[in-house]
Amino acid sequence: MDLDVVGLSRLQFALTALYHFLFIPLTLGLSMLLAIMETVYVMTGRPIWRQMTKFWGVLFGINFAIGVSTGLVMEFQFGMNWSYYSHYVGDVFGAPLAIEGLMAFFLEATFVGLFFFGWDRLSKRQHLIVTWLTALGTNFSALWILIANGWMQNPVGAALNPQTLRMEVSDFGAVLANPVAQAKFVHTVSAGYVVASMFVLGVSAWFLLKGRHTDLAKRSMTVAASFGLAASLSVVVLGDESGYMATEHQKMKLAAVEAMWETQPAPAAFTAIGFPDQGARETHYAIHIPFVMGLIGTRSLATEIPGIRDLVALAEVRIRQGLLSYDALERIRALGSAPVPPELKAEFEQHSAVLGYALLLKRYVDDPRQATEAQIRMAAGDTVPQVAPLFWSFRIMVALGMFFIVLNAVFFWLSARRKLDAHPWLLKVAVWSIPLPWIAAEAGWIVAELGRQPWAIEGVLPTAVAVSNLGIDTVLGTLIGFVVLYSILIVVEMKLMLGAIRKGPDLEPTQGAHSPLVGTTPAMRSAPLITAE
Amino acid sequence: MILHMLLDYDTLRVIWWVLLGVLLLAFAITDGFDLGTGTLLPFVAKTDLERRVVINSVGPVWEGNQVWLVLGGGAIFAAWPQLYAISFSGFYLAMAAVLLALILRPVAFKYRSKNDSARWRSNWDWALFVGGSVPALIFGVALGNVLQGVPYRLAPDMQIYYEGSFLGLLNPFALVAGLVSVSMLVMHGAAWLVLKTDGPVAMRSRSWGIRAAGATLVLYGLAGWVLFSFVDGYRITSAINPVGPSNPLFKTVEMGVNGMWFANYAAHPWTMLAPAAGISGALLTMLALMRRWEGAAMLTSSLSIAGIVLSVGASMFPFILPSSIQPRASLTVWDASSSHLTLFIMLVATCIFLPLVIGYTSWVYKVLWGKVDARDISGGKTHAY
Repeated sequence: MDLDVVGLSRLQFALTALYHFLFIPLTLGLSMLLAIMETVYVMTGRPIWRQMTKFWGVLFGINFAIGVSTGLVMEFQFGMNWSYYSHYVGDVFGAPLAIEGLMAFFLEATFVGLFFFGWDRLSKRQHLIVTWLTALGTNFSALWILIANGWMQNPVGAALNPQTLRMEVSDFGAVLANPVAQAKFVHTVSAGYVVASMFVLGVSAWFLLKGRHTDLAKRSMTVAASFGLAASLSVVVLGDESGYMATEHQKMKLAAVEAMWETQPAPAAFTAIGFPDQGARETHYAIHIPFVMGLIGTRSLATEIPGIRDLVALAEVRIRQGLLSYDALERIRALGSAPVPPELKAEFEQHSAVLGYALLLKRYVDDPRQATEAQIRMAAGDTVPQVAPLFWSFRIMVALGMFFIVLNAVFFWLSARRKLDAHPWLLKVAVWSIPLPWIAAEAGWIVAELGRQPWAIEGVLPTAVAVSNLGIDTVLGTLIGFVVLYSILIVVEMKLMLGAIRKGPDLEPTQGAHSPLVGTTPAMRSAPLITAE
Repeated sequence: MILHMLLDYDTLRVIWWVLLGVLLLAFAITDGFDLGTGTLLPFVAKTDLERRVVINSVGPVWEGNQVWLVLGGGAIFAAWPQLYAISFSGFYLAMAAVLLALILRPVAFKYRSKNDSARWRSNWDWALFVGGSVPALIFGVALGNVLQGVPYRLAPDMQIYYEGSFLGLLNPFALVAGLVSVSMLVMHGAAWLVLKTDGPVAMRSRSWGIRAAGATLVLYGLAGWVLFSFVDGYRITSAINPVGPSNPLFKTVEMGVNGMWFANYAAHPWTMLAPAAGISGALLTMLALMRRWEGAAMLTSSLSIAGIVLSVGASMFPFILPSSIQPRASLTVWDASSSHLTLFIMLVATCIFLPLVIGYTSWVYKVLWGKVDARDISGGKTHAY
């Protein structure tokens, strides 16, 4: 990746998105766990479950705050750094973002305040409803964001309007029912549940190791392990669904993730491990497992999965077809606002589905029709994403996913046998595993979004064309600004998280044991309640 | 889908122009008092407990209020994609400053009370002040620039080129507009604090609110005079096709038309209700604060904000974002919207969800009704900030 405006804008987007995605999975999963814990409280009336909800709620709140603020950056960045993208696909992509705000974000943000402030103002049942609505809001939020993201991966239900020079919705139902979006939604939300389960599991394990709050810790672990087991099973199964979708809609991404340079006879082998070499287009020291790739990717023994080299050749064909459409588009544009003759429109529409491939040439020439043969070949070569990071991210993600299933299953079994604290070394494993689901989630983001390159919208709009025409200093300036502020925030956030964990839950169930001085400074304790002016 | 033909394209465009105003207003009125409260924090609260009272007055609601901004961004993206693309990339550094300031705000709310150190808390108090005042100022400055026209051009393929600089945004008229925005939100925040607190905090808020209402009146009047005397408007000179494709380059526009931003008031006198509401709202707020009509001050300052924001829209219609270097690239209601189908779908979604949002938001405000009790905070009874 060159560090020009495109490169820096991509870097800024990637860093802010990866950072945002440190907080979102925990919000998604922890909100559900809070709702489950509080449901048990309301059903059984046992105060310890209320204490659990409040304790994990404090950690949820610390995490939620940064999730909200960094989300605002994501929402505004499309217009700031990707203005051509915003113009080109706003008609389609903007709608799910707006509906996310209306339907989901309002719900979670309005009720999260009551979750914290409403304990004394609401009845048990009312507060439970508030907690569920917050959880529901966060999960709906993920749904709409992934409908938007799914459309970037598989742009269905829209066509280019040659008069407005942008993609416009033709079938909103298809955008909603996009199979890629559905698969990604369930996969991502499950991943969030795994993150939260492993977090609760690990923190509770730490309490058990220290011999503190053992009642609370054991109950939390039981909830987390059951929820986490279901979630980690679903994350893997539905991850497989995503892989199947990629075979159908993003063949290049799949080939790059597998470092599959050549098309293999069906069913293809799976490269368990190896060292992909993008320059030479081969994988060194590869260890293959026969048949597995073909089975996962196509769910058949007879269907071929195309390799990178063949896909590049296909891209070259599409570039040439796209150029025909581009030429027709230029002639339509020359007409101004005059009506478009039907035969010209037909000529444009014949290849308009691959018009985006012609735009790949914009990196090399202003008018793609003037491109040389060499430039067309280079542009076709550009359709290969960076293979090595994809190959490794994917393997790290999958290996961790398998590990999560095992770990959650072990604790689920221990919990059923009421032996959660019987094996301290297992508790230590749980504590040290806390960061792992985050690594898996970030790796997943890299596979999904780096694997989409060089496209902002797969096959429709290249990333290099989508960027705003900003000065390099400007983008560098904001990039530095975000990095500095975000770094400070993460340090503060971690300190507060660790502090809140070390402090443990408030001891509230018995009346009278409550100190009126919680949250006050020494100065305040000696000062009169409100000072006169 | 043929259902969207039920509403004509031009009708939908006007509806979405109105909804754009509604969303801006909802943001200015709800999150506006959060921003105003943040700006007032150093001035109305002297002790830590007082500051916590101020912070907790907006503590449970600011998150929901800020969603109006998120929704506004999303709705502009969906309904007016070019407005979103040009204004956000054109005002790039200003938007980045807003974002950095707004990032500080949620974090400051949550983290301030987690540590007893006075230094820690004073740092977050500054963050809240910046998080309140900077966005308030920049939103006003941005609107002031929009009224004068923004230096961008569109290439034939609709690539956007912005040719202004960050410092260019800080011209006199825009700065006045920025100050109007700050003073009206401070007035609004003060009205909120008078309603939600008592004792010295409420007393100081009252006097700051009266001053801010006065400043709003003077500055809004000044801005109107400058706009009338020195800022030229824009006019579409080609035939208007209100149902045509959204391509701004299909029209011609004349710029530098003196008094054009006041033509709509002459043509449709009822639109003068907007500036009238802006002025009388501020006057009534002043009166209400002096007479200690707590609830009324909140309503009248909302009225004033509504009038001021709507007067900008009424002056410019049908322009949304004029271009000062390529006038025909100016965005108008007739050529900058999303497609007919998208506008319709978004309208259906709005009709379903907006009443729900308003319903449950009202319920939350009802639950939280009443003044913030300092004893609850010092007693640590609630999860107060």
